[in-house]
Amino acid sequence: MAVALSPPRILPSGDAAITVEFSRTIDEDANRRVLALDKLVAAAALRAVTETVPTYRSLLVHYDPMQIDFDALGAKLTELALKPLPETKAARRWRIPVAYGGENGVDLEDVAKALDITPEEIVRRHVAGDYKVAMIGFTPGWSYLSGLPSEMQMSRRQNPRLLTPAGTISIGGIQTGVQCLAGPSGWHLLGRTAVRTYQLGRDPTFLLEPGDAVTFAAVDEHTFREQDRAAEAGELVAELIPS
Amino acid sequence: MSKLVVASVSPGTSVQDVGRFGAQRYGLVPSGAVDRLAMAAANALLGNPLLAATIELGPLNSVFTAKGGAVRVALTGALRPAEVAGSQVAINTTVTLADGESLNIGVARAGTFGYLAIEGGVRGEPMFGSLAVNARAGLGSPYPRPLQVGDELPVATASATPEKRIELPAPVEGPIRVVMGPQDDEFAEGKDVFLSSDWKISATSDRMGYRLEGPVIRHLHGHNIVSDGTVNGSIQVPGNGQPIVLMPDRGTSGGYPKIATVISADLGRFGQTQPGMPFRFKAITMAEAQAAYRAYAELLQSLPSRVHDSNILMLDIKALLQANVAGTAIDAIDDATWQFANAGN
Repeated sequence: MAVALSPPRILPSGDAAITVEFSRTIDEDANRRVLALDKLVAAAALRAVTETVPTYRSLLVHYDPMQIDFDALGAKLTELALKPLPETKAARRWRIPVAYGGENGVDLEDVAKALDITPEEIVRRHVAGDYKVAMIGFTPGWSYLSGLPSEMQMSRRQNPRLLTPAGTISIGGIQTGVQCLAGPSGWHLLGRTAVRTYQLGRDPTFLLEPGDAVTFAAVDEHTFREQDRAAEAGELVAELIPS
Repeated sequence: MSKLVVASVSPGTSVQDVGRFGAQRYGLVPSGAVDRLAMAAANALLGNPLLAATIELGPLNSVFTAKGGAVRVALTGALRPAEVAGSQVAINTTVTLADGESLNIGVARAGTFGYLAIEGGVRGEPMFGSLAVNARAGLGSPYPRPLQVGDELPVATASATPEKRIELPAPVEGPIRVVMGPQDDEFAEGKDVFLSSDWKISATSDRMGYRLEGPVIRHLHGHNIVSDGTVNGSIQVPGNGQPIVLMPDRGTSGGYPKIATVISADLGRFGQTQPGMPFRFKAITMAEAQAAYRAYAELLQSLPSRVHDSNILMLDIKALLQANVAGTAIDAIDDATWQFANAGN
């Protein structure tokens, strides 16, 4: 159990934020340490820390330089990062319905061709995956999931699309993602979900948390449309699976 | 209650305050004013909380009309002509619009963004504690989008107090100061190119990011990193080697190496740099950057004490005009001379 942890790199992100970097690559262990440090920083309730942003491999810590300087906060964060990792509590587990292929997933056929398997097999493999929310970023609710089966990995598109639909489920590199709002993307579009990971006026506004577990379930077009109406009215649509 | 009606509006005009914090972990960026000091100065002029919402004005013409009663406003930021009922209105002063009167704001001559504060503040429904417009996320109040002709902002009726002016220190000049990192080790001679070259802001820039034009900055190991968090002022270098400085509507994470970060104290000044104007970056130490941060915060807090009744200045202008020297100062850009030049028009 007592594996010695290597200290993270303490990097300046300007004069009011520190990047605590555990790895430069996508790495499950690094992500676990990021999420653990995020919880420890919250528990320490450091007055100078204004907000934290966990990512795959680093924790961005925004702070008030009127209250603490870079060196002092860097030392404190290093100290917290070297604490033994807490026992991982069972993560919340969500099942997210996806309408795969056709207009909902315009790249499904091409991905199947590129991987030399059938579109049905792509869906089967994507649904079989056990994913974790590694980070949420770029735009509200855009959730980056780790755990894509290795045989599904594909490099990003040469030409990113300027506009992809809200609710797009896509793959890029060794990641899969749930995109909430319409926006640009260089990933391959497999399907769409009615689930809103960000919805104003709904409680909670943000559905997923970094660290949550996610599985996908295939639904047909008719179900997708019904769920989309329900989601528009404020229902979660995503299913919380008791662990 | 009065209203301020948008009769004409520059592209890039939106309600902005200090921004919304606490949800960057969910991908929600703070947004907020590009030039926080200018925004705070506009609020100080009217006795509003310093970081309250104002109208952030794009660089072209805008016209705002009072409706249903008098409205007092204050204009700061980019230097530009402005007038009410044929009389010039100086930057960094308040002016009261009688019911039906319009404030005509001209094109920015130096700087990009203006700030129009309203006595009593912009009224709206805060979301995540802020009225700031983030159109992509559907946030902002009273309208979750840039202002359009015909919009009506409910505002307090002007109080019967004298008009004010604010004396701001001379603008800081010289290179835009940065702290290197967090990924400056992804560059070798690229760092020297970054720090020793003239840069220009491209005309395609916006509140998400300012694209820079200059020599190509080369990466050591390609231009993809695993996405990590960004801050206002993060300087990304994408594959084409032309840096992008991330502004208040940035994405909360990004996948290009970040060579350096603009210091907080220089973000507003950088944001006011006009497209095409050459400038340079200068790397400073963290200790220097944090000292500059504290000085900037102190300047911000001092703004209310820099506000005075404006009639004293009017007398000065009259005296200067009588001395017939007003016409010589047109090119100068400090605030006092600007007012002086306006008075001479």
